Amino acid sequence: MASQPKFEVKQLSVYFRHEAALQKVDLTIPSNTIYSLIGPAMGGRTTMLRSLNRMTELVPKTRVEGEILLDGKNIYAADVSVPALRRRVGMVFELPTPLPMTIFDNVAYGARLTGIKSTSTIHQIVEEALTMAVLWDEVKDRLHTPAGRLSGGQQQRLCIARVLALKPEVILLDQPCSGLDPISTAKIEDSLITLKEQFTIVIAPHNVQQAGRISDRVAFFLSGKVVEEGSVTHIFTSPNDQRTADYVTGRFG
Amino acid sequence: MIDFKEKSTELALLFLALSSIASLALITIFIIAEGVPVISKVGIINFLFGTEWAPSLGKYGILPMIVGSISVTLVALVIAVPTALCCAIFLVELSPRFLASIVRPAIQVLAGIPSVVYGFWGLIFIVPFIRNYLGGPGFSILAGSIILAIMTLPTIISIAEDALRALPPSYKEGSLALGTTQWQTIVSLQIPAARSGITAAIVLGMGRAIGETMAVIMVLGNAVALPKSILDPARTLTTNIGIEMGYASGEHQQALFATGIVLLIIIMILNSIAQYAARRR
Amino acid sequence: MSKIFNRRNNQRIAKVLIWAAAFAVILVMLAIIIYVLGKGLPVVNLNFLTQQPSDAGRAGGISSAIVGTLLVTFVAILVATPLGVGTAFYLTEYARESTVTRIIRFSAECLAGVPSIVYGLFGFIVFVIFLKLGWSVLSGGLTLAIMVLPTIIRTTEEAIRAVPKIYREVSFSLGGSRWQTITRAVVPSALPGITTGIILSIGRCVGETAAVILTAGSSLRMPTSLLSPTRTMAVHFYILAREGISIDIAYGTAALLIISVLIIDIVANILVRVFVAKVR
Repeated sequence: MASQPKFEVKQLSVYFRHEAALQKVDLTIPSNTIYSLIGPAMGGRTTMLRSLNRMTELVPKTRVEGEILLDGKNIYAADVSVPALRRRVGMVFELPTPLPMTIFDNVAYGARLTGIKSTSTIHQIVEEALTMAVLWDEVKDRLHTPAGRLSGGQQQRLCIARVLALKPEVILLDQPCSGLDPISTAKIEDSLITLKEQFTIVIAPHNVQQAGRISDRVAFFLSGKVVEEGSVTHIFTSPNDQRTADYVTGRFG
Repeated sequence: MIDFKEKSTELALLFLALSSIASLALITIFIIAEGVPVISKVGIINFLFGTEWAPSLGKYGILPMIVGSISVTLVALVIAVPTALCCAIFLVELSPRFLASIVRPAIQVLAGIPSVVYGFWGLIFIVPFIRNYLGGPGFSILAGSIILAIMTLPTIISIAEDALRALPPSYKEGSLALGTTQWQTIVSLQIPAARSGITAAIVLGMGRAIGETMAVIMVLGNAVALPKSILDPARTLTTNIGIEMGYASGEHQQALFATGIVLLIIIMILNSIAQYAARRR
Repeated sequence: MSKIFNRRNNQRIAKVLIWAAAFAVILVMLAIIIYVLGKGLPVVNLNFLTQQPSDAGRAGGISSAIVGTLLVTFVAILVATPLGVGTAFYLTEYARESTVTRIIRFSAECLAGVPSIVYGLFGFIVFVIFLKLGWSVLSGGLTLAIMVLPTIIRTTEEAIRAVPKIYREVSFSLGGSRWQTITRAVVPSALPGITTGIILSIGRCVGETAAVILTAGSSLRMPTSLLSPTRTMAVHFYILAREGISIDIAYGTAALLIISVLIIDIVANILVRVFVAKVR
């Protein structure tokens, strides 16, 4: 229904020191979809993901050319506030990384950064976020215990809740289930499918099958370029490019 | 607005950080300023290699003190380094939990004992022991070395322990999976892998030993002559200053500052070696 | 020969040596502590702590030395902590590796190696003579501040580096600024290490003699201001022992010194444990 795509990537090149991780990438990511970036390691999909919230800038000597339009506005424009961008475009990392604090403080962390002090507001935010991440029932009785004591799957859902607490518009996930057992993975995949109604989800899955299970659209990255992109059915059943076909059927990876 | 706060914080911190440079510069400048006149008067060769230290006669040769410093430190390291490495290995690999919680506090206690107390204890116990069982007046380089060895143990142990602990467990696991014994793994894998940290530990210990004054001032005997064996009394560069600064004045005092310059140079050299070794991982 | 030095025996011999080393350390520690405390604790009583020395230290207590120690240490830590922690944060969080940071680090490393007696010379010529502060609490405190500065820098830097990089990444990804990330994601985890460094430095100040005797002087009188000359406990002990003035009081002072250091150590350990529990 939204006519404007969430992200428009235009001729994006990203250089780490002098090596090009991405070369002149063009991509369109619609709203309220689950968009997967697939491809072999070092192919550029992680860089693509991290460019969407400018996390590539944490690495020194990075150079970016081209544009990424979020709702029509270039996120690399000079007047863009990077912290504000990152609140709109949240990120979940590969290994579950709870901060060394309580469950409650973890989820509240981002919200507190924006200056919200009222305990009731914070409490409400935390509860909503944990509910959306399908974790509330499991932790509501131990909100003030250290987050490190949760299981791996629970920790990762905590990280999702942490992002949801900021009420973002986009959620980026970098191989979120790579260290998790199948049950936790299924729980997270189910929650993502529910979440896409409210958010735009861009995920770099750690295996191709996950992309097949949950995505709406898929882009295949190889050597810093987009080889092919399209609906999940198209990519998996009748891709245009032979390399795409080889990758999704597992002939290389 | 936020950027301004960030920038001003950064500048404030830079200013604080420059304090280290400023301090070092000040120390170097002032000590050199006070000490150089004497060195230029006596001549650098005479100063460094002269064997006679007799301020009342205007003779300022510090070779006996240099030899004293070096010998005390080397012997101390010979005693301390193997012991410290063993303790570090003990703490990292071999000790059951409850024992580590005894040994580690023990090391911390050793680290905290003031150097004067060490010196005094050495005076009461080590000096007579050496005199009765090994010969000589007891006040000797050996006495100083033993005290220094005990004093530098905590430093070397803790840094070496950190270095060993910093190794990824996969190193050890990989080695043991290949069938090597624990000891072989330690000797051929873990210690070499941690060698930059261990080297740092040793050099740090060396620096501490060379710089120590109060612990050795009471047990070295403070003879100004060139020592010929480790059972002879001696003076180090540090005790030379420590003993005479209380009553020195004029040119004599400047000569003590000159001794300080030599100490500083030795430390600088040691530091550079340490940094070079740390870089060659 | 090779039959004896085979792998299993090497392992056994090594184990014995290692255990021996560990026990030797414990033994030596006990020998020193028990001896000094044994001889010194009986001397320590309320009078000892509250009375001033009289008769050049042969009689009375050591209250002025205690106060002197406290004052000098306080000045030293007060000055060194912001300088040291600030430097460490600058080096790790703010600055890119450059010539300036390399010089700062080199300076700190060098300062760490400077012998305490040279600090004494430096403090004497700069604070006592040049800045005309005379032998005073301030001269001693400032000298000690520079002396412990490298320790605080190093331990703080280590503590900061020990914080997993991912915490920073997470904080940035949630919209944190650099300052917010440092104060909320890095400092809480680094606090145990930073505190340990500061407390270690307190211990060094309390036990330091060479640098203090040349800068704070050796006056037996109770210090009344920052510019009063004073004797710290360590200096008092040294003079008593060297001059053979009063062996009893010397032992008492030594015992008090050791107890102070032990208490400082214990406090440090408790603090570290409290922080770690809060954070994990």
